[in-house]
Amino acid sequence: MDTQRAWVATRKGLFELHRRGDSWSIERISFLGEPVSMVLPPQDGRRMLAALNLGHFGVKVHASEDAGATWHEVATPSYPPQPEGVTGPAWTLLQIWSLEAGQGIVWAGTLPGGLFRSADFGQSWQLVDALWRRPERAEWFGGGYDVPGIHSICLQPQQPEELLVGISCGGVWLSHEGGADWQLRADGMRAAYLPPELAGSPNTQDPHRIERCRAVPEVLWCQHHNGIWRSTDNALSWHEIAEVPVSSFGFAVAAHPQDPDTAWFVPAQADERRVPVDGALVVSRTRDGGRSFETLRRGLPQQHCYDLIYRHGLALGSDGCTLLMGSTTGHLWSSGDAGDHWQAVSAYLPPIYAVRLG
Amino acid sequence: MLAIWLQLERDQTLRHHGAVATIAFTPQLRRFLAVPDVDTSAATLRDALEAAFELNPRLRGYVLDDQGHLRANVVVFVDGRRSSDRIALADALAPHSRVHVLQALSGG
Repeated sequence: MDTQRAWVATRKGLFELHRRGDSWSIERISFLGEPVSMVLPPQDGRRMLAALNLGHFGVKVHASEDAGATWHEVATPSYPPQPEGVTGPAWTLLQIWSLEAGQGIVWAGTLPGGLFRSADFGQSWQLVDALWRRPERAEWFGGGYDVPGIHSICLQPQQPEELLVGISCGGVWLSHEGGADWQLRADGMRAAYLPPELAGSPNTQDPHRIERCRAVPEVLWCQHHNGIWRSTDNALSWHEIAEVPVSSFGFAVAAHPQDPDTAWFVPAQADERRVPVDGALVVSRTRDGGRSFETLRRGLPQQHCYDLIYRHGLALGSDGCTLLMGSTTGHLWSSGDAGDHWQAVSAYLPPIYAVRLG
Repeated sequence: MLAIWLQLERDQTLRHHGAVATIAFTPQLRRFLAVPDVDTSAATLRDALEAAFELNPRLRGYVLDDQGHLRANVVVFVDGRRSSDRIALADALAPHSRVHVLQALSGG
């Protein structure tokens, strides 16, 4: 099913797309005009969540019991009162940046860096205090936004109590006990945006996006601010992938669900110039654990393209072949053959925040 | 107990004389929830908003943030004056005060 339906969260609404053969078409629009920062696809075929980020009235969460046909507002994650004298970002929810679900629990990663947990599908939320109160949080800072944020939540299919989160900029954190304990797991990463003596500090790394191989869950892929990293030991250590063609800068990554050696990235030129190299949009794919990459460009614009694929703009189906890619300019492309060929789905969507299949 | 009794006494007296403040919320909120005008005998903006939230608990999160401060992109006018105290919301209300809770253009 996750290769036949897609959800595109945008600056101006949530778009539901259905697949017929090789083509995708927009079937329904929800929340037209409202910014939808993230969507959680139907978990049991019907129940799903959408996170809104209303320009004036704050973050709101809506739930659907009928796969997006109708919606109703549920609880919004809320930070506790900020103690007197506590410095750092205000304890105020600014955005829901990631939503994942497993074992009946929904996890929400937010700006300014709090992780929330819901055991009743959004009727109530609890701040994961054990991470929020880590003393290391005082060193986190914003990456892409003014405040830190959790953009990646990697569940562990074989260990239901385990989860790993990626924070811009706060490194990578792993819990073995459902969020009750946390270990910093960013050894090996390198931050070129810090003074040399701090470049290796795990707690201030900027992993733009992290994805786990479902079948071999100790393998993780990371598109980092300063390159591409891979771990084969569940984030105990990270190894930089050197000599990436086109560019190693980017935001999105897709990890093959079965093959731990296969992953996709969408390069942009550089931190200071966030556009495709030479105006040509490409996707980089490795099938050998990062030793080599193919540059995939068939069907993608190769002249005067300035689209950026942001963190959640690349989605991969459970078949390892179905890909959807949406840009901050509002273009959406699909591939049915693992990226060998692409076709435009729409050129006129609002800026795309997240693409998800399911 | 005395304070509650005095407030109730004040409410009754003001209502008897039709001297209550009214809060009006931006019609933009109607796409999310019902926001009828609220009459209140509250003496401060904070208390007046609390009276409105008591009638409509979901409204709180649209007007105030997690810390109970006025949202950055919400603006309040009391009798034509823009409220500048976004934290305590201590603006004094007079009988017949007219409060408008609006979206600030800064928010989009």
